[in-house]
Amino acid sequence: MTVRTSRRTVAAAIAGAATIAIIATGCAPSGDSDAGGTTQLTLATFNDFGYTDELLAEFTEETGIEVIHNKAATSNDARANYFQKLGKSGLADVEAVEIDWFTEAMQYSDLLAPVPDDLKGRWLDWKEAAATDAAGNLIAYGTDIGPQGICFRSDLFAAAGLPSDREAVAELFPTWDAFFEVGAQYTQATGKPFIDSANSVLQGIVNQLEFAYEEPDGTIIATENPDIQDAYNTVVEKAIPISAFPAQWSEDWNASMANGEFAAMLCPGWMHGIISGNAPDITGWDIADAFPGGGGNWGGSYLTVPANGANVEAAQQLADWLTSPETQIKAFLNAGTFPSQPDAYTDEALTGYTNEYFNDAPTGEIGIDRAEAVTVSTFKGPKYFQFHDALQNAVTRVFDGLETPEQSWDTWVTEVSAF
Amino acid sequence: MTTTQPRVISFSQRLSKWDVKFSPYLYISPFFILFAIVGVFPIVFTAVISFMDWDLVRGSGTFVGIDQYTWILQQPHFWTALRNTFSIFLLSTVPQLVLAIFIATMLDRNIRAKTFWRMSTLLPYVVAPVAVGLIFTVIFADKFGIVNTNLQAIGLDPIPWHSDPFWSHVAIATMVNYRWTGYNALILLAAMQAINRDYYEAATVDGAGAFRQFWSITLPSLRPTLIFVVITSTIGGLQIFDEPRVFDQFGRGGAGQQWLTISLYLYDIGWGQWNFGRAAAMAWILFLIIVAIGLINLLVTRTLLRTEGTRSPVEKSRRKRTQKAVAR
Repeated sequence: MTVRTSRRTVAAAIAGAATIAIIATGCAPSGDSDAGGTTQLTLATFNDFGYTDELLAEFTEETGIEVIHNKAATSNDARANYFQKLGKSGLADVEAVEIDWFTEAMQYSDLLAPVPDDLKGRWLDWKEAAATDAAGNLIAYGTDIGPQGICFRSDLFAAAGLPSDREAVAELFPTWDAFFEVGAQYTQATGKPFIDSANSVLQGIVNQLEFAYEEPDGTIIATENPDIQDAYNTVVEKAIPISAFPAQWSEDWNASMANGEFAAMLCPGWMHGIISGNAPDITGWDIADAFPGGGGNWGGSYLTVPANGANVEAAQQLADWLTSPETQIKAFLNAGTFPSQPDAYTDEALTGYTNEYFNDAPTGEIGIDRAEAVTVSTFKGPKYFQFHDALQNAVTRVFDGLETPEQSWDTWVTEVSAF
Repeated sequence: MTTTQPRVISFSQRLSKWDVKFSPYLYISPFFILFAIVGVFPIVFTAVISFMDWDLVRGSGTFVGIDQYTWILQQPHFWTALRNTFSIFLLSTVPQLVLAIFIATMLDRNIRAKTFWRMSTLLPYVVAPVAVGLIFTVIFADKFGIVNTNLQAIGLDPIPWHSDPFWSHVAIATMVNYRWTGYNALILLAAMQAINRDYYEAATVDGAGAFRQFWSITLPSLRPTLIFVVITSTIGGLQIFDEPRVFDQFGRGGAGQQWLTISLYLYDIGWGQWNFGRAAAMAWILFLIIVAIGLINLLVTRTLLRTEGTRSPVEKSRRKRTQKAVAR
């Protein structure tokens, strides 16, 4: 009797312990093992990088290394995952990082395997500069960029008495002043806003500054930087009156691309798909090869190789292959991710690329011109996102009439003093 | 002349004694071990981190005392968030309970296809909060939303759902009400069904109408259940997160913090700014607020229960009636 009970006790205890063990190990990653003699690598991306199964199969064919591709739904999911696991374990062998939170990752550049020296020079100067840490190490492989042009509704431009073919429109926007002038004309002629959102203009202007809110040595200049003050004033005075919305991505903003609420947008390459997706029946959209005040980049990503991964060397090989000009062209054809490698810009697949939706605009050529027009790589410190987000909020408050421009600036100053 | 000698017990006897003594603890231990790992440890760890400047990636921090707490209490955003949380809480709980009682009363009647109607009230609860958010984003969009286009169609001004704090709270409270009214109605319905039907029969004989019966019999008998519902809604209301987060495309409570709630602020400090020391302090402040509100609830509950425990109005009136009958 006793013996039987105690045996049961032991069984219960084992069962309990086993349950805990299963739960504890349940979320551990199961990759990294050598299955069937081939190395396996994990690759983690988000949204759509254009890395299709067929593309990755080519790599496997060349090297015998199998690639397991995990996709997060959004860049935010990927960001949370990245920083929870960086420096510990559980990250993929090759991890994609979006430019928005790339500066946060730069703080931990010692935890990432640097790009081998012989690859330096593969990318556009400013793309590489943004990924070089204080010690001079290039810590990430550039994938795509977001060179901005101007997307416009040729039908609405014509109705407002503005030029409407893309060469003539491109002449309209040499500077921001000229841009706001045209916008004011349009708004006066039609009574409708000219551009989609005030905060995209802020983004465009801030991305042309050498320093935004922080300096490389860590000094915070946000509230004293005259350039930022100018950018804010310009946007509040000149962009808000001609903007349809305070910011992008709202329900209204998505809906308005089809119904003519505004006539123009600052337009990085990846925006083309968003416009054609939101307004499939509109035939008036076109793209001008121009950007006020020089070039501008918005968005883009990098691949990083965590230094504590199981197969760092093979992972570097994969990152190298994925960001080579040839592969990047294929990714561009798959998902429209514009290459950041100058060597890709002579490829006919890119130079000859046109977009039927945008009145057959040569989007490949335009993208190349716009990418080469970018001369400044804005220094973005680790808190760039926080500062910029708060400044965007300040613009939105003025737009919504919650505060006057001066009040809103003061609120911003108080807010960022707590960061 | 006897010496007490220790009683000799066999090993098997001793084993069985241990079995009786310790086995129960062993049987229930898996839960407590699990609870210690996923329950107690995070709470204690949060308390430790709240006194530190914590670097998540490197997993280390420096001790800074109560700095994080004072930082939070000095933030204007914190106080705005507190105001918003209570405002949304009131705007959702009060109409929700009134509506839930009404629905439960209707369902308590003798109607056809009872199960169908009851299941229908619970349907919104099944919809995930994020999906609810998506639906209501379309309804409450400022320019092309369903509500505003209809308002404009009949010549009224559109409502500034996303810029005015009050209207944003109304919109968010609507999402909460949509999801939780049916759930609360079913709980209240269960309580209503437990009320002795004799009361209603007697009341009908006495000539009391439906409204009078509801006021004098149903409501007083529902009191304990109502208190339960109020407490659970309070906890849920103070932790409100999903609905305000999906209310706009950024999920950070609006440019002027119009609908920033405490949980949303906590999340933003933690996952937006990667400041886990402050987020942990914030979590503890939220915990203390909930405990305080819980204590107030408890006090109110006690007083209410005491009045019910001695004489409920129903019993009093019944006794009077019996006395009258006897006297006659």
